[in-house]
Amino acid sequence: MKRNKVIWTSIVIIAIVVSIFSTAYYVGAFASKRSKLVIATTTSLFDTGLLDEVKDRFEAEYPIDLYFISVGTGLAIEHAERGDADMILVHDPSSESTFLSDGYGLCRKIIAYNFFVIVGPEDDPAEIKDLSPLEALTNIVEAGRNEEAKWVSRGDNSGTHSKEKSLWIMAGFDYNELTNEGWYIEAGAGMGTTLGISNTYSAYTLADLGTYLAYYDYGVPSPGKISLVVLVDQGQELLNVYSAIAVNPSMRPKVNFEGAITFMEFLISEEGQNLLGEYGQEDYGQSLFFPAVELLKENTDPTLVDWIEDYAYIDGEECPPEYQDGHPELYV
Amino acid sequence: MLIEALELVFSGDPTFLEITTRSILISGTATLLSALWGAPIGMILGLKKFRGKTLLKSLFNALLGIPTVALGLILYLFLSRSGPLGFLEILYTPVGIIIGQSILITPITVSFVTSAIESVDPEIRDLARTLGASETRASITVLGESSSGFLLAIIASFNRAIAELGVALMIGGNIKGITRVLTTTIALETTRGEVVLAIALAIILLTLVSVLTLSINLIQRLRT
Repeated sequence: MKRNKVIWTSIVIIAIVVSIFSTAYYVGAFASKRSKLVIATTTSLFDTGLLDEVKDRFEAEYPIDLYFISVGTGLAIEHAERGDADMILVHDPSSESTFLSDGYGLCRKIIAYNFFVIVGPEDDPAEIKDLSPLEALTNIVEAGRNEEAKWVSRGDNSGTHSKEKSLWIMAGFDYNELTNEGWYIEAGAGMGTTLGISNTYSAYTLADLGTYLAYYDYGVPSPGKISLVVLVDQGQELLNVYSAIAVNPSMRPKVNFEGAITFMEFLISEEGQNLLGEYGQEDYGQSLFFPAVELLKENTDPTLVDWIEDYAYIDGEECPPEYQDGHPELYV
Repeated sequence: MLIEALELVFSGDPTFLEITTRSILISGTATLLSALWGAPIGMILGLKKFRGKTLLKSLFNALLGIPTVALGLILYLFLSRSGPLGFLEILYTPVGIIIGQSILITPITVSFVTSAIESVDPEIRDLARTLGASETRASITVLGESSSGFLLAIIASFNRAIAELGVALMIGGNIKGITRVLTTTIALETTRGEVVLAIALAIILLTLVSVLTLSINLIQRLRT
């Protein structure tokens, strides 16, 4: 009986200790007077670590806690439509346009841009180095059909995946047909995993620069890192534009719309824009994202502004007036 | 690489401690909850005889291996603001993970408690009855004898809860400082290319689970 007593006593003690600690912990967490803002974000902004810095800076200044949920653009929009997110940070202009016209989104604001890169094995079997993006893709298809090269696709309805589809179409291919060919591999995974798969197969892939740099082994092979190199990084077609959109409170009454606008104002403020633009300098010696607000307002680089307007504007505007919902100050 | 990871584990980084504590608290509370309803169910299944008992037992046994992502998805659809339980507002909170994990591990608690009670020598119960104990009194005696099985149930449930990813990721959302636990951090840091950090966290998780499992073995060997 002695053993049984010891065990029962210890079970009771453990139960009491866990209850006390957990009660204290949750009471502490719920006592907070700060409001919460749930933001569904594309993985490329989150996985680079940028949003951790934004969070620290923003929370120190405002009584709002930021909850980032890192998913692909497709899922981020899904979360927002269900009312589970108050705001989204995404990079897929065509699905953003649908999100607005379906009535779920308000106050779209372009916050940053950068360029996608096409990465591949150093020996470059399809000979795409320094070609234009569309020529590069044509070469990859040719080499793929000759069994000399492979391509890995995200295949997860993310913004990057959507970009990839539009590139194939621009290059004159039938996307659905390509996916059935042997050299075309669908990963169905995030950017990091997709890069890992491409590395294993010595394949080409489309990547965002931030995630790529986080994975690159800089010539020193090590587990978990990749040796693929950037082969194409120039060209209008590779433009990548990030926007913030608040969820419409008349569709989803429980969302924190005011909080979303406050955070949006922070992102487009000088402080927020500098934070975006400087991120990456320390770790990679280069910026991963470029601020877009000043550029679009002052038209400091007309060619680039034309590209952004061409690619990421909806009905010729950053956010058509019917979706600005009493916040025209965001657009002056 | 392993050495770098070990150095990280012993560097005493406060975020490590924070994430580990959060994991233990969330999964500990989930275990407590599942014991609250799982243990009585297990006791009834182990002690009473009734119609449908075998069916119920096999149902719980079947649910032992429920895929965590499937449960995570179902719970997400329920707890989403557009879902039937959206008004509770517990999606993306530790409470959400606790409830999800407690549901996940209930079959484990029930099955382990049931077999703990069934494994008690039936003669003990008969002996208690012949000594004049009532039915209830005899049941309590059987229960008292099954203590190590109970402990095993609790530790096995806790291990499953702390090591699962699907529910924590889909219900918790892996939010820094709120719902980021060991498994979701391992997944995230791997995606971010921070493999050393991921290994360091995996070492912590493995140590935790192994120490618990070893300690059950030791307790079971205590002299009776």
